[in-house]
Amino acid sequence: MSNPNQTIPGQYRGNFLREVEANVEEGEWVKMCMQCGVCAGSCPLGPYWDYPPQQIFMMIRAGKREEVLSSTSMWMCTSCYNCMVRCPRELPITHIMHGLATYAKRIGKAPQTPITPRFAQKFWDNLTVTGRVNELKLGLALYFINGIGEGIQTAMKMQDIGLGMLKTKRMSPFEILGGHGIKDKAGFRAMLKKAEEIELAKIAKNQVAGV
Amino acid sequence: MADIIKIGAYLCKGCGLGERLNIGALENAAKRAGKASVVRSHGFLCNQEGVELIKADIEKEGVTRVVIAACSRRAKTEAFRFDEVAVSRANLREGVIWIRPDTKEAKETTQEMAEDYVRMACAEVRRMTLPTANPKAALNRRILVVGGGISGMTAALEASQAGYGVTIVEKTDRLGGWAGRLYKRVADRYPFADPADTGVADMVKAIQSDAKITVHLNALVSRTSGAPGRFEVEITSGGAATNETFGSIIQASGFTRYDLANLPEMGGGTLKDVVDQAGLEELALAAAGGPIKRPSDGREVRSVIFVQCAGQRSEKPGHLPYCSGFCCTTSIKQAMYFKDRNPEIDTVVLFSDLRTPGAGGEDFYRNGQRKGVTFAKGSVRAVVQGEAGPVVQFQDEILNDSVSMPVDLVVLATGQVANAGVNIENAPESAESVQKVSILNLTYRQGPDVPQLKHGFSDSHFICFPYETRRTGIYTAGPVRRPMDIAQAMEDATGATLKAIQTLENAGLGRAAHPRVGDLSFPTFRREGCTQCKRCTVECPFGAIDEDEQRYPQFNEARCRRCGTCMGACPVRVISFENYSVETVGQQVKSLEIPDEFSGKPRVLIFACENDAYPALDMAAQNRLEYSAYVRVIPVRCLGSVNTIWLNDALNNGYDGVMLMGCQKGENYQCHFVKGSEMAYYRMSKIGDTLKGMNLDTERVTTYEVAITDIHRIPKLINDYIAMIEKIGPSPFKGF
Repeated sequence: MSNPNQTIPGQYRGNFLREVEANVEEGEWVKMCMQCGVCAGSCPLGPYWDYPPQQIFMMIRAGKREEVLSSTSMWMCTSCYNCMVRCPRELPITHIMHGLATYAKRIGKAPQTPITPRFAQKFWDNLTVTGRVNELKLGLALYFINGIGEGIQTAMKMQDIGLGMLKTKRMSPFEILGGHGIKDKAGFRAMLKKAEEIELAKIAKNQVAGV
Repeated sequence: MADIIKIGAYLCKGCGLGERLNIGALENAAKRAGKASVVRSHGFLCNQEGVELIKADIEKEGVTRVVIAACSRRAKTEAFRFDEVAVSRANLREGVIWIRPDTKEAKETTQEMAEDYVRMACAEVRRMTLPTANPKAALNRRILVVGGGISGMTAALEASQAGYGVTIVEKTDRLGGWAGRLYKRVADRYPFADPADTGVADMVKAIQSDAKITVHLNALVSRTSGAPGRFEVEITSGGAATNETFGSIIQASGFTRYDLANLPEMGGGTLKDVVDQAGLEELALAAAGGPIKRPSDGREVRSVIFVQCAGQRSEKPGHLPYCSGFCCTTSIKQAMYFKDRNPEIDTVVLFSDLRTPGAGGEDFYRNGQRKGVTFAKGSVRAVVQGEAGPVVQFQDEILNDSVSMPVDLVVLATGQVANAGVNIENAPESAESVQKVSILNLTYRQGPDVPQLKHGFSDSHFICFPYETRRTGIYTAGPVRRPMDIAQAMEDATGATLKAIQTLENAGLGRAAHPRVGDLSFPTFRREGCTQCKRCTVECPFGAIDEDEQRYPQFNEARCRRCGTCMGACPVRVISFENYSVETVGQQVKSLEIPDEFSGKPRVLIFACENDAYPALDMAAQNRLEYSAYVRVIPVRCLGSVNTIWLNDALNNGYDGVMLMGCQKGENYQCHFVKGSEMAYYRMSKIGDTLKGMNLDTERVTTYEVAITDIHRIPKLINDYIAMIEKIGPSPFKGF
């Protein structure tokens, strides 16, 4: 199996575009961008992105594989869908951003900062245990994501809110012991397993095709 | 009958005129000052009864001149049309009651205004005669088409289908022009997905089998004389000349390829693998559906870059400052040549602004993207020779990246250079410094080709009359007029053909084609008064006036557009129309009673262009916008027809000022007669010294550019002017 990270795309040669089209959800839309910049101007988090969506699309077409996949941009997307409703070419920009993030993570290119990729992983790990999100554990996991010291500080800062939630029964301290879950856990795991199989088959197919 | 002057004045009391004005006093004004033999008023003049009243007087009373004192001359034109008598209109509705407040204080000045307009109309109609058609009228239902490209062929087929004979003169050895040298054309049908057949072969076939179309190949127009309806044209082919006559001419002389040698920094003319779009068409035709090979070594092209705006939209010397409009879609089409054959070929289009005009343009662009053409906003710094071919050095404007990209082939999207012949008026601009050969070889006094406006394209009234050149009966179509693609050129040629038909039919009836369609009047001059100064022959915007052997002006009525610029130019005032002359206006100017300097009632005369300023005044009235009662408006055909003697008359008669309202002049002119308003401005700029010599302030004669949309501006201009006049005081010429 060839490692996709070992192929070096040429400038403006379209190799990386083809890789994105094959591997990224809705990636076939990238070539339809007309570089108007409406998405870039619409993004509420625009100032915090490495590259706005318009630029990401141009970079894909220019073959800037490393810069795109390791950029923080698509991890900054909050799924507000502003860009998507405004795009005159009707590109599903939000979905493409998520697709790019997923692909980058899968091939080990996702950046370590910001915390979004790590938090996303923690969310997934938390969810797949019982089929329901354990909010107490997820919240604590987020507090301590950058180490014990920062975790304790954040927890102290948030304690009033936490106590309030306990008082109003919005959160149960017993969730720490495992928490509640869905009924058919075996069925749930089987479903995830099947989805993973489908996904892996798709990836394997693309690797055989060499894209 | 025309010699007997019997004026009938008809006053309308409808639309509130009867309530606002003292009709009896107006009747008196028409009778006494206006010397009208018959004076009648009616409560509803434009209805059938009112019109019948006038018709009965014409028949039974022998009225030969009619004054309608009612609404604007632009209203009720059908009702008040009497073909057998001269008609003048006193504008009491839009010109008086609608622009004046209905108050006790205003009543006196409003009534004065109305009475003056009645006097003016009577004075005008006294000097008007009924125009008769051009005696030299000739009908010729054959059209000359110069140029056998897509525009010329379209024009020929359209004219033939409409029943007119056509002669095509083509300088090369085949029909088709540039379109005939294309591999394919840009898609012109939904879904605008693929390059399409040019259709040239079918058109050539249709022309060859059309009995009404004659084609001269390898031929040139070596001489053109005459006028619409009677153009005499000498066609030279292989040293032999033939003469033919035509009713009108369509000049579809197209464009010339921009010289690549002007772009050495992009490898133009120096690198073999740098071609222009026409060059790529040659390669595609040679490939005939197979892989396109590059010129240097015949290797199949695997990567290609299209550089948009090459030598265009640039102020650099030798570059074209304009956008040619067709090149972006052409590059998309050419990129598809590669992609349709092999999607693996890298095609990059470097644009600064991708412009894809036309209904299908955007769809075609999308289809290019769908096929995998890469579009990048970039500016090329240089194209140099690399190891294996050209290397394009460019700046990616989105990524702000400096890129150096080796490719097999570079296509420069260069622009269209108009083939409009000799520039007869303006000094040629640097980009078009190439020696031009005349296309029509007109024997007109003003030069051998149609005048140009900018960048070497032929002049035409962009908004109102796009096909009209400044030579009546000669229409330009296609890229000679402005840069365009095949679809636009075909539409253009169809439009020009319709105009060519219209003009030759009108010429057959001896009347004007445009903009005064159907006008029978034409200018004549009093030979014994003429000093042969040639101002009329020089200033006519349409080259209608030649000189005869004795150097007198020779009017070609069918070329004339009836603007009267010649009349305004004539220093000895010998040029006139039957129904519009120095006298018809001059007597209006003199017909008023000017209040003395102690009355506090200044008088200002307005000459308003009837195409823009006068309608604007009418519309201001329709909006009930008020303006001063001290002005008297005289509509003129064009500000260019204003003779300075009218200003002289006005100032000598004690008017306090004269306002001239014409259309926008210059490069973005709005003047219906192209140069009329410009001539007026020029003339008025020269009278400052004369005014000073008369001891008058120069502000007493002021020229304004007024557009038809200046509805709210125009009352303000008038009121400001009156305020200014009140400030500088009454004219010293009052009371003499």
